[in-house]
Amino acid sequence: MRVSVKEWTAKGDPWVWLNAGAVAISLVMVLGLLSLIAVRGLSHFWPHSIMEADYVGDDGKVSLMIGEVVESEEVPAEQLRHSGVDVPEGAEFLNRLLIKTGNRDVLGFDFRWILEKKIRDRRQPGDLMAIERREWGNFYGYLEDVKESGEVVASGPQAWDEFQQRIERTLDLHDQIYDIEKHQIGSVNYTLERLRLKERRLELNGKKTPQAMADIEAERAEEDQIYQSLQQQLSELYTQINRDSITARAMNGNVIDIPLAKVVRAFQPNNMDLFEKIGFYFVKVWEFISDDPREANTEGGIFPAIYGTVLMVIIMSVIVTPLGVVAAVYLREYAHQGAMTRIIRIAVNNLAGVPSIVYGVFGLGFFIYFIGSNIDQALYPEALPSPTFGTPGLMWASITLAILTLPVVIVATEEGLARIPRSMREGSLALGATKAETLWRVVIPMASPAMMTGVILAIARAAGEVAPLMLVGVVKLAPSLPLDGNYPYLHLDQKFMHLGFHIYDVGFQSPNVEAARPLVYATALLLVAVIALLNLSAVAIRNRLREKYKALEM
Amino acid sequence: MNEVVTAKAPELDFDTPQLKRYRNIRAMKDKIAKVSIAAGGVSVIVAVTLIFFYLLYEVMPLFKSAEVEQVAEYALPTEGKTAFLAVEEQGEKALRLTVDGNVTFINTADGSLDSQSRLPIPEGVTVTSVNEGAAGSRTLAVGLSNGSVLVFKHDYNITWPDNKRLITPQLVFPYGEEPIILDKENGQPIKSVTLRDNGDFLIIIGATQDNTLKASYFEKSENFLTGDVTLEESDIVMPSINGEIISMQLTPDTRWLYVATGNGKLDMYDLKDREQPDLNARVDAVTPGSKVVDMRFLLGGISLLVANDQGEIVQWFPVRDVENQFHLEAVRKFTVEGGQITQLGIEERRKGFYAVTAAGELGLYNSTAEREALFEQLVDKKISIATLAPRANFLLFETTDGRLNFWKVENEHPDVSWSALWSEVWYEGYEEPDYVWQSSAATNDFEPKYSLMPLAFGTLKAAFYAMLIAMPLAICGALYTAHFMSPTLRRKVKPAIELMEALPTVILGFLAGLFFAPFMEANLPGVFAVLFLMPIGIVLFGFFWSNLPQSFRLVIPDGWEAALLIPVVLLIGWLSFLASPGLETALFDGDMRSWLTNTVGIDFDQRNALVVGAAMGFAVIPTIFSITEDAVFSVPKHLTYGSLALGATPWQTMVRVVLPTASPGIFSAVMIGLGRAVGETMIVLMATGNTPIMDMNIFEGMRTLAANIAVEMPESEVGSSHFRILFLAAFVLFLFTFVVNTLAEFVRQRLRNKYSVI
Repeated sequence: MRVSVKEWTAKGDPWVWLNAGAVAISLVMVLGLLSLIAVRGLSHFWPHSIMEADYVGDDGKVSLMIGEVVESEEVPAEQLRHSGVDVPEGAEFLNRLLIKTGNRDVLGFDFRWILEKKIRDRRQPGDLMAIERREWGNFYGYLEDVKESGEVVASGPQAWDEFQQRIERTLDLHDQIYDIEKHQIGSVNYTLERLRLKERRLELNGKKTPQAMADIEAERAEEDQIYQSLQQQLSELYTQINRDSITARAMNGNVIDIPLAKVVRAFQPNNMDLFEKIGFYFVKVWEFISDDPREANTEGGIFPAIYGTVLMVIIMSVIVTPLGVVAAVYLREYAHQGAMTRIIRIAVNNLAGVPSIVYGVFGLGFFIYFIGSNIDQALYPEALPSPTFGTPGLMWASITLAILTLPVVIVATEEGLARIPRSMREGSLALGATKAETLWRVVIPMASPAMMTGVILAIARAAGEVAPLMLVGVVKLAPSLPLDGNYPYLHLDQKFMHLGFHIYDVGFQSPNVEAARPLVYATALLLVAVIALLNLSAVAIRNRLREKYKALEM
Repeated sequence: MNEVVTAKAPELDFDTPQLKRYRNIRAMKDKIAKVSIAAGGVSVIVAVTLIFFYLLYEVMPLFKSAEVEQVAEYALPTEGKTAFLAVEEQGEKALRLTVDGNVTFINTADGSLDSQSRLPIPEGVTVTSVNEGAAGSRTLAVGLSNGSVLVFKHDYNITWPDNKRLITPQLVFPYGEEPIILDKENGQPIKSVTLRDNGDFLIIIGATQDNTLKASYFEKSENFLTGDVTLEESDIVMPSINGEIISMQLTPDTRWLYVATGNGKLDMYDLKDREQPDLNARVDAVTPGSKVVDMRFLLGGISLLVANDQGEIVQWFPVRDVENQFHLEAVRKFTVEGGQITQLGIEERRKGFYAVTAAGELGLYNSTAEREALFEQLVDKKISIATLAPRANFLLFETTDGRLNFWKVENEHPDVSWSALWSEVWYEGYEEPDYVWQSSAATNDFEPKYSLMPLAFGTLKAAFYAMLIAMPLAICGALYTAHFMSPTLRRKVKPAIELMEALPTVILGFLAGLFFAPFMEANLPGVFAVLFLMPIGIVLFGFFWSNLPQSFRLVIPDGWEAALLIPVVLLIGWLSFLASPGLETALFDGDMRSWLTNTVGIDFDQRNALVVGAAMGFAVIPTIFSITEDAVFSVPKHLTYGSLALGATPWQTMVRVVLPTASPGIFSAVMIGLGRAVGETMIVLMATGNTPIMDMNIFEGMRTLAANIAVEMPESEVGSSHFRILFLAAFVLFLFTFVVNTLAEFVRQRLRNKYSVI
């Protein structure tokens, strides 16, 4: 059956199709965005093969080019001519490659755009290696010799195995050094700082007796002694770790010395088979999740950011759950249901729509500058003028986000309470239960799925919120975790790292955005995954509990 | 069987002491629960409303008037007529210079004498004029009756004996204790003097009694070992003035000399050529017919304030015109009620000034804000001379009956007014009044520009482009999903789009800034091709599909068009971007960006409003979609069935029946979406250049209120005007979203009532 254009338009079908198109576009956008993040984020950990090729310079000179091909794009020749590149007549489009050449210490840059036609003879030699280093980014090149205390111990084909063994040893030493520097010396410093504050406190209270001072001095001497011995261990470890080095040849022919202490791992991606690559992939994923960041957050892992986000969200939910539930129960069960309650309900509902940055401003002004500095004066006078709670920190961030998410919990709980049939309450009351008993035994259990949903949605919102946190507590790099082995273990006054802020900071404030970009995608993927998981589990829990209490609802 | 069986009621005594106690406990528990839940609930709600009041509390001081309060009043400590008064930083000590050359330092609290000395001037010579160099330099040029000028500085040493602050005043003579002779020929008294020291040279200009200008110009050289300064005099030619010289001022860069003469004229001389001063402009400084009383530079030495005997104060500054020439412009006028101004004075840290009058009144003003912060009669006597402490927190003045008054001044935020925030303001050095946001700069005498207009404009611009992209997609999508889509598909599509809402905006911002912005820059023609081709392609596909044989068409059930279109959308997108370089070569000389800039004349930023609109549109779509979908879906089914039964096509039913019924819901969806777009921070922060410009151009960026807070709040000084203005911005955002959301909520509630009636 043929439909004429006229008939088709008269029925209004084009509009229906356009509306359908809007849905299709929205879906494509969502899925496209998610898959973009997923693809870019996941491919970051894959060991990409390293290319070697001959590069023909503008003057006709041929040089060696080694690196990973990161991106390839087609550019109109006209655009290149505008920017002064010599392009032959007749060519309309040229392919341009972004090569990660690494070796920032040798070359001065680690990314480079080149025209594809300028390189020839692309190959992937097996013994080309990549070294991840603690500074200067990746190294790409050929291994020459392995040295111990300056003496060559292996060269040629055996060098690679020797190199790997020695990396293991250095990494082990590095872990020991890290443990001493970060944990043990950190703990000593922390104790010393506490002693200083204790002394200052005694002084302020006028109780600085010789007896008390002697105690403090004794403790201090003890700590000093520990510190000395740690220092000695450290210097031994440092001589050991600095023993080995390698020499390697970079793409411009320079042979450089790389101390093994600076090497995180070395691998030959062109030599790896699929299983090795998969193994490598998971090692890298694990490193990403469990390690500290390196090189101004552009390399390494994001463990402190995950830790900070989780801790902040946990503290926040501990605060927001009782407050939100109590407020909702009051509004729905106890308050007189009149115009006032309706206004309050609308107001609470609308608070959910107030921009998050406003909560940040409120948190900064009210909690930090007002309450925080008063707490400092009352409870921590010994630390002044450096503030304890009068500065952005974990506690204020959690409380600010708790207020931000309060409407979410209140609204969800209220909805849950409203859904409970009146007959349930009346039945309970008729059996002689008091109102409180009815509430506790009948109403709240039935409303618990709604509460749970509210809390999970609040957590999902808090985990992704960045703008207010920029004012009340996150930092780009926190020196220590807010929960550690030093008394009082949970440091509510400390600043912390956060996944969302990490994305903003690394993506936009980093000195080397190009190098950091894959890491940002990976972080974004993690954050999206966590939040999607939370949202889906909210839905799932709601459905399950609803199922459970369905019989009661009749 | 005579046993009588009596039906005995079961023995249940509800009033045993144990049960009574149990009941009491339960009742008590109930009461406790009631009280504590009520208390908790109320306090949570109060705590939440606290946000509103706290923001208001931080904002209120901005609009408070200044206040003054008398601290002390005392007689002059020494004899002689006062030539000059000054108060030091802490407001504890004051300097008084008398006409006969005596310098006394007094304690401001009680008027007692701290120390006393005499300037190194010959007996019989008197002080005829005094002028302070740069504001806050504490360097005074004193014109003497013998035609010479003495320069000295009042300095204050602060020591802390016994943890108490002790301020010791002293006099320093940076150019030696010998007065510099200006009028070498006649030795006439200097009736007006001005001094500028710009590090390399020193210039002193004096007006003598017979209205000629005399000047000395010194090259400075400093001995590195001793720190002694030696002055080497060289020549400078002064213009000759017609008429009586009332006052004169030299700009800090020593280029412009302003001379106010008796007939109310103001001359502006260009001293760039030291041999040949050039009269650049002559204007009527005050209303013709009135006389100039006093003339001062505002902080920074750009604006000149001229007061006349009718109580008018006019602010002048040089403005550069199109030909790069300077000309004087009367920028603002302040009127002092009462009229008889005796002296003008300036604040050392802000663009503020004060005037005292013969009726004993004080007026505090701010030039940028064009605001009278205070006008109050302090005493009922004539104030002859007054001075404001450097922090503008104390005022010391002398009345004609020879008494000193020391007053406390509270004037925290004179630099903020309604006009400074929301109107065009003519800032120093600008060619015309303008809306500018520039809150800080490197120098201290910088004029802060707190116009919220560019930020409000940027906010609305971002929201506008976001809504432009989000509204059609979200509303059309919701209409289709609620009305045409098959229920199976709907159950999958709705959560998928609503999941978008949970997506952190920091991720959208990051993708917009680091992926979409460069992508769009590289494929600009492709982006526009998509906008153009997408609707055409969809409609064409729809027509094509409708003409397919029925057997084929029925494989896909009704209401699955959206799923069918997904590959079409992907294909059109892919084709558009594939064709992008070709289009660029064919239509835009191979580079659309430079074509836009050069041929069309539109500036292009990589991170622009289009990027923000797309990213923020993405963030707003789920909000609008979800509410609209609910509104459309809950339109009572009997309405649609009725319409369809009467023979209307589905689309006619949609437009004539469903849309009108659901329109309040759609309106509230749009409102809530707008509220979200206005307050969004991270996306704009990351996807624009954050420059506060006012330009509707889709290819340029903006700075929004929210992003501005995020950028500037951490660096802002607590309690400063800047800090409070950022709070005001937050308050504006709060109110805006709150009002918009409340409106939307009311509309929605009415809609719900309407449905229940139908």
